[in-house]
Amino acid sequence: MEKNIILAGVGGQGILSIAFCICNAALRKGWNFKQSEVHGMSQRGGAVESHVRVADKAIHSDMVPMGRADVVLSVEPLEVLRYAHFVAPNGVLCVSTSPFINIPEYPSLDSLLDKVASFPSYVLVDSKRLAKLAGSGYAENMVMLGSAATYMNIEVPDFDPFIKMLFSKKSERIVEVNWRAVRLGAVATQMFAKHLDEGAGAMGALKAVENLSDDILMEQAETLNPMASTV
Amino acid sequence: MTTLATEPKTESKTDVLLGDEAIALAAIHAGISGAFSYPGTPATEILETIEKRAKRDSAGDVHACWAANEKVAYEEALGMSYAGKRSIVSMKHVGLNVAADPFMNSALTGAHGGLVVVVADDPSMHSSQNEQDTRYYGEFAQLPFYEPANQQEAYDITLEAFEESERLGLPVLIRVVTRLAHSRANVQVRSEGIKPPALGRYKNAIDWTLIPSNARRRNVRLTGMNAQLVEEAEASPYNMLALKGKTGVIASGIATNYVYENLGEDHDVSMLKIARYPIPTKLVKQLVGHCDEVLVVEDGYPFIESRLNGVLGLEGKKIKGRLTGDLPRTGELNPDNVRVGLGLAALPTPEPVDELAGRPPQLCKGCPHADFYNALTEALKEYDNSIVFSDIGCYTLGVLPPYSAIESCVDMGASIGMARGASLAGVHPSCCVIGDSTFAHSGLTPLVGAARSNSNMTVFILDNSTVAMTGAQQTMASGDEVVDLVKGVGVDAERIRIMNPLPRYHEENIKLIQEEVEREGLSVVIARRPCIQI
Repeated sequence: MEKNIILAGVGGQGILSIAFCICNAALRKGWNFKQSEVHGMSQRGGAVESHVRVADKAIHSDMVPMGRADVVLSVEPLEVLRYAHFVAPNGVLCVSTSPFINIPEYPSLDSLLDKVASFPSYVLVDSKRLAKLAGSGYAENMVMLGSAATYMNIEVPDFDPFIKMLFSKKSERIVEVNWRAVRLGAVATQMFAKHLDEGAGAMGALKAVENLSDDILMEQAETLNPMASTV
Repeated sequence: MTTLATEPKTESKTDVLLGDEAIALAAIHAGISGAFSYPGTPATEILETIEKRAKRDSAGDVHACWAANEKVAYEEALGMSYAGKRSIVSMKHVGLNVAADPFMNSALTGAHGGLVVVVADDPSMHSSQNEQDTRYYGEFAQLPFYEPANQQEAYDITLEAFEESERLGLPVLIRVVTRLAHSRANVQVRSEGIKPPALGRYKNAIDWTLIPSNARRRNVRLTGMNAQLVEEAEASPYNMLALKGKTGVIASGIATNYVYENLGEDHDVSMLKIARYPIPTKLVKQLVGHCDEVLVVEDGYPFIESRLNGVLGLEGKKIKGRLTGDLPRTGELNPDNVRVGLGLAALPTPEPVDELAGRPPQLCKGCPHADFYNALTEALKEYDNSIVFSDIGCYTLGVLPPYSAIESCVDMGASIGMARGASLAGVHPSCCVIGDSTFAHSGLTPLVGAARSNSNMTVFILDNSTVAMTGAQQTMASGDEVVDLVKGVGVDAERIRIMNPLPRYHEENIKLIQEEVEREGLSVVIARRPCIQI
């Protein structure tokens, strides 16, 4: 077993928190992991990436080789395209549809989603809506973690103790918000993938998930195992 | 995984560590009394971790000190070594240029308490001005040095390096690169630290007093150890030779991983992995003797490769690497370019998406530097011969649009000397921009000369009360302390002006800048407002 994930986004979007949860969940399973990140000048509002590798055997390179990424995850839709060519033939792009605009020539959202949809396998996730539904607009990164979990041999509840570690300093409520966020991300991803498989097309699948009521999404999220009891 | 060569680990536990953190934790476990550094990517986390973890790992008597610059940090560590205690000094690669004087001479004095020098190189220049390779410094100083391949080796080697330093009576250098410094992995670490031997202070003062007669004697000692150091590298468990087919690879440090990644378990390639230097000559000869063709894979300069070919080349052997174009001449290695170098077919990948809008780093919203640059460019726009030299920090981002306000970034403190040089060449206004921490690092000395000669130039000190770029470490001097320093080096108090870089003072800041630029002689303008991140 080996899973390679490239995380992309903009400095400040919480990519390292995603990496923290994946690495610790892997470690608790007794797997090895490596996680590479870039600090310093590149962090100041610029594009950031982190490579995460988990495996039940030795891992050599700290960086994911091109063509070997099982998941390329992005917390916003432009950044995924910088690393999309790392994806393995059977890998998937997990992409948030909420843009982070801090440059003048930011492309149109439609053009970005069209490019994502030109790849063989992808999911589009309205992380903004789901984070708000979970209880905080800041939880988009955890929504995307839930999205990636589907493709990583890690069950969503495996992240719970580490989400707690990340957020318990803030408040118990914020911990619960993030537990919900990761579940909503997983649910929305599965639904998007199902509609895409059924031939709805990218926009159709996105619309189908958009049309689901908050109540139905929350209900589905509840089915992904109890939260607090596993921690 | 490699285990500690000198001492089997009796009890260990798993920890999650960056390469930098693994070095830091090993230093604590080796029983250091002090750690010294100046912040610089990718080395910053070494001292930061020692600061944080010394307490948690009940090593409360460790002094973790940010120094004014790398030279000072090095000298503090050297003094601790003379006193018989273990110390570590860490810096980024260009920091060793600043500390080169004590570094080179400490090879002659030698070390007493274990002295480990960790230098983090930044191939591809993620956050640096050049991609110099510290291994040349190791060879230059004739010291033993290591290049760990992974986080586990970073931990194990650091522990060993302290013992080696004391055994050999020499400082020991460890070279890492960004991708190891800033990559995290599970690492087996000791559950308890080592109690280092109680050495007491060094007794033979003439060894460390490098007047010519002593220095010559110490130089004979150092050069006399050359052969021994090579033999010890040949015997090191961190250098591993495995002879198989007639195609060979020599890989060093982190580059080893990219080779293993691509070759997999089942291959016929002969392999020499190097992690301890000087270059283990015997092992290299064995590998090259066995093979017809050798690819040298090293992150940084072609250090080993150039020595294999030498001036004359090797008859009948094909040596490949960065010099032959089989690997890229510049930039960091990665699993992909090493795959090409190994002659393996590329994995199937989609085409990269081209013409993507770039997202360069930028000053934060509300950053005081942004408001300062807006005032400065406005104030200077009427001049057609002005130059604004700059220095190293967040404010270097002022080179990018929309500011496009500065024209240089060379080395720490360079801007002040460059402004003086340009002013002597007839440039007016000749200006320079330097942060509070860079000023304390290397700005004081050039300002002494500018003040003494009352050079016709304007120095802007951007005092944001912190070392912002590297994550808000404490600065040496801020606020009134900066004013006192500037006065102290001889700048007329009346020519020191303070401005508050905020949009609401924009007009008066422009006026202040223009007044000082127009006055004959040296002015120092301090733009003072704390970083929004602190």
